Amino acid sequence: MDLSESKDFLVHTSSLKEVRVFSREVLEKLKISNDLKEELVLAIAEAAQNIVKHAYKGVENTTDHMQIKISLKDDNLEIGFFDKGKPVVAENIQHRKLDDIKPGGLGTFFIKQIMDEAVFKKDQQKWVNHLILSKKI
Amino acid sequence: MSYKITEDGNTSTVFLDGEIDMDVTEKAKEVILPLVESGKEVHLNLKDVSYMDSSGISVLIESHQKALENNTKVVIKEVSKSVLKVIMMAKLEQILNLE
Repeated sequence: MDLSESKDFLVHTSSLKEVRVFSREVLEKLKISNDLKEELVLAIAEAAQNIVKHAYKGVENTTDHMQIKISLKDDNLEIGFFDKGKPVVAENIQHRKLDDIKPGGLGTFFIKQIMDEAVFKKDQQKWVNHLILSKKI
Repeated sequence: MSYKITEDGNTSTVFLDGEIDMDVTEKAKEVILPLVESGKEVHLNLKDVSYMDSSGISVLIESHQKALENNTKVVIKEVSKSVLKVIMMAKLEQILNLE
């Protein structure tokens, strides 16, 4: 079954619950286990959180929206994240070392644990950042 | 997220409920950290926490570390399956006090 659904969300922490609701609704349509579905919801929510936390760092009360697009084609799940925040330098993104126990720095680690690939594309005119998370399911 | 606190001697138990994400971490810290800083042993009951992301995990780490600084401890009780999975993904099951 192929599908493609997208939704826009205000760039704000209060949108994260809405992101999870949307993700669960879309992923519910796929024949995957509940455990995998919840892992994917976590990865999607972490990527959305990174937009709020990093791409819009220092920006308060923005009216900008981010877009999340969930697509499945030939068993390849692809989740696109589009935002108009500060340009992300992919090379600078790294999670903290796990044995360096301190708050923060785990979101990207979770994404890497759950997804097969996370790639920033420079293919958009309308948006500044375009992240694609993918996983064969 | 909602919460309830019960007191028993020098132990405060915080029952957290709902989903813990970046939107509620400040609220969670405002509830937990003053108890830890007062030197009480704090039990965090997570049986009704259905979702926790990296921000929530950060609250657990910060609470644990703050407890060590204050010569007390934070014990995580009745952790739900979904939250335990995230704690284990972060490889924190040996670091945090899970009961």
